[in-house]
Amino acid sequence: MVLLSLLAAVTIGIVRLRNLFAIVILSGIYSFLMASVMIVLDAVDVAMTEASVGAGISTVLMLGVLYLTKTEESAPVHSPALPLFVSAVTGAVLIYGTFGLPPFGMADTPVNTHIGPDYLAGSIPQTGIPNVVTSVLASYRGFDTLGETTVIFTAGIGVLLLLKRLRRAEPDK
Amino acid sequence: MTVFSPLIDHFNYFIIIFLMVSGLYVVVARGNMIKKLVGLMLFQTSVYLLYLSPGKILGGTPPIIDENFQIYSNPLPHVLILTAIVVGVATLALGLALVLRINEEYGTIEEDEIFAAGDEDK
Repeated sequence: MVLLSLLAAVTIGIVRLRNLFAIVILSGIYSFLMASVMIVLDAVDVAMTEASVGAGISTVLMLGVLYLTKTEESAPVHSPALPLFVSAVTGAVLIYGTFGLPPFGMADTPVNTHIGPDYLAGSIPQTGIPNVVTSVLASYRGFDTLGETTVIFTAGIGVLLLLKRLRRAEPDK
Repeated sequence: MTVFSPLIDHFNYFIIIFLMVSGLYVVVARGNMIKKLVGLMLFQTSVYLLYLSPGKILGGTPPIIDENFQIYSNPLPHVLILTAIVVGVATLALGLALVLRINEEYGTIEEDEIFAAGDEDK
């Protein structure tokens, strides 16, 4: 609960600040807090990925882009009233929706009784992997992971194409 | 106690929705491209938490099979979110590359200035 409140506090900072460097560093802090929350939620594999990818690679990428552009956000031109209204209405509807969700941490909810126990029971006899997250990721849902790598490959090609044009354009100036 | 217990039971969902809504607000209201991408990241990570929270079982351990433990948290959301995180950083990289390209073309990453420059070209 304390960690979640800290997350909310960092988010307020990100929304209010106008210095992009501070925002990027705060988003790194946010990712580390998120990783801590994930450890509390028993998602250790996800927490490791979030700490390395979210706090590490994302922050480095954003800092690199900041180096090549400028670090100060200009003052907003439009009034923030309409986006604020849209966000508030969306939030209100979503909070109304949460009261239909089961309370936190219950074992007998549909989420936890439907297919999770099958994976937990089948992991050792069917795949021999004690870490169930690994066995689901690489064995039961292996094609999903193949699709994921395809997405990363496509994104990599896109980044390379965009940056290649950037590099070629520079000597002309 | 009965009045407050739903609030405490759903506290994680309230925080998730707060993060989600502030991400939405940043994406819609702010014109700076990098700030928009950070807002998108806020929104995305709130969805990670939204998936992971219901999978947690109080008193459970991480889903690594060991004979000393009987209760494990649900492993399926963890797998889905692992995929989502990696895809998220791929899209972030692509977005940042687009920002660099826009900056090279227009010399700015502010949405309004880009629109102004586009109007002058016509």
